[in-house]
Amino acid sequence: MNEGYIPILFMLALATAFCVVVVILSRLVGKRQDSSEKLMAYECGNIPTGNARQRFPIKFYIIAMLFIVFDIEAMFLYPWAVIYKSLKLFGLIEMVLFVGILLIGFIYIWKKGALEWGSRNI
Amino acid sequence: MGIETGTVMLSIIGPEVVLVLAALGIMMTDLFVKSDSEQPFLMWIGFVGMLGALAVSASFWGKEAAYGFYGMVVADNFSAFFTTLFLIAGGLTLLMSSGYVRAQGIAAGEYYTLTLFATTGMVLMAQSTDLIMLFLGLEVLSVSLYVLAGMAQDSTRSAESSLKYFMLGAFSTGFLLYGIALLYGACGSTRLADIGSVLAQKQILREPMLLAGMGLLLTGFGFKIAMAPFHRWAPDVYEGAPTPITGFMSVGVKAAAFAALLRVFAGSLAALSPHWKELLWIGSVLTMTIGNVAALRQTNIKRMLAYSSIAHAGYILIGVVAGGSAGTGAVLYYLLVYTLMNIGAFAVVITIEQKGEKNLNLSAYAGIGSRHLALGAAMAVFMFSLAGIPPFSGFMGKFYIFSAAVKEGYIGLTIIAVLNSLVSVYYYLRVTVMMFMQEPESGAEEAAVFFHPALAGVLLIAIFFTVQMGLFPSSYLQFAQDSIKMFL
Repeated sequence: MNEGYIPILFMLALATAFCVVVVILSRLVGKRQDSSEKLMAYECGNIPTGNARQRFPIKFYIIAMLFIVFDIEAMFLYPWAVIYKSLKLFGLIEMVLFVGILLIGFIYIWKKGALEWGSRNI
Repeated sequence: MGIETGTVMLSIIGPEVVLVLAALGIMMTDLFVKSDSEQPFLMWIGFVGMLGALAVSASFWGKEAAYGFYGMVVADNFSAFFTTLFLIAGGLTLLMSSGYVRAQGIAAGEYYTLTLFATTGMVLMAQSTDLIMLFLGLEVLSVSLYVLAGMAQDSTRSAESSLKYFMLGAFSTGFLLYGIALLYGACGSTRLADIGSVLAQKQILREPMLLAGMGLLLTGFGFKIAMAPFHRWAPDVYEGAPTPITGFMSVGVKAAAFAALLRVFAGSLAALSPHWKELLWIGSVLTMTIGNVAALRQTNIKRMLAYSSIAHAGYILIGVVAGGSAGTGAVLYYLLVYTLMNIGAFAVVITIEQKGEKNLNLSAYAGIGSRHLALGAAMAVFMFSLAGIPPFSGFMGKFYIFSAAVKEGYIGLTIIAVLNSLVSVYYYLRVTVMMFMQEPESGAEEAAVFFHPALAGVLLIAIFFTVQMGLFPSSYLQFAQDSIKMFL
């Protein structure tokens, strides 16, 4: 019953073995030359400035959370759009309800000042 | 390719629709009303929403089970019973919150909105006939309560409570989801009726995947009803959360989880009952013993009531183990009784509590009975009822549960339960003794009592039903019995 999964098992074993072998080989064969440039944190070619563990305003989290909420809303729109024609009027009404409720949430966070970056208290 | 759209039946989730509309109404009103004096108005919007949902749910009573959303939700007697229970709990919570929210400086708009959303989640849990829908209801309920537990922003304990509840709740949700996934793997469906009919063929009853799925589901539900050994979160969370929310959690979440437990285990996993009954037997003994013994040592009234609520979950589990018409009916009756008496006890705690979590210690209760006779008498009624002393409803609840267990042959379990309820008398009566027979320590300032008309209303309603359901239990028991016909 489980024969279909055997290729996956092989793939798993092969992938693990490849990683282990490559890491060990590069350790054994390669030369180690540590220079200060090599030990630097990699930031896409830029020269790193300061410590990565910095404190930053908690407002980032609120923006990030709100972004996720509306991002996921957009994600729900895709499958709906794909089968929009077969859902007919029913699909339209459902989506209007869904977006309507989210719109109320949007008005709410706006009026509450969650989108302000200034000094307003949240 | 056309999709069948005729079977959505929005009317089936009528109670949820009304609750959500009321919650959105509160949100919008909160935005555009700035003056502080309008805050009770928000509470009344919520209360009217609860009444509206109650009316919708009452219209489902006594009819044939009607399915909606492609068979994902159902409106039957069982769901109507639990919806009524949740709306009683939610409505009383709103009433007893209105003074508290202002006195403690809690943001009223968010507070009432989230209370309504939490109630919506509970109703959805009781109505769901599919594990996915059940999970959705549980999440709506839990996420609202994670926030509500932390609503008292000035208090570090409230923040701790919220964080603890969130971390452990998210973890237990993981267990539940994994259980759902394994059940789906074993049975090929998340629909409760389909799972039941697959199991009825008895071909896969010993399959490890099925049993593991059942165990994980039990863990997830066990967390929500605070069944030992998954009870450790309850005292800390209950102590830190705003007091009306503690009351709401101790009755509402528990009842919602029991509704789901009954639908899933007594309903569709009935073929596995030898396995889960054994687990619940152990769980029940552990839960009531740990709850009662730990409650003996508590000096904070909210912690004491938290352990008491753990112990009561243990008693209710006996009814689930006993099963059948008598056992399941007793579970429903007990949940109704427990809701009213426990909300009442929390209403008294709110009356005595002062801003900044003062007067939550038992010593603050010394002498209150002689200075405020009515308040002392009310607390005495709730404590006697929780201890299971006749003629109050708590006694009848225990009586039905224990007699169902004896009838099904669980003599040992019943003896342990009776011994446990003897132990519990000590800590319940200690509160009453404190209130009536002791004087406050010299030098300690006299505890002022926080009076609010809505709170007095909650106390009166709770006392009335605690006494009435104890004296005339038969119609309520009939109500419970009529709600469980589909399991039999």
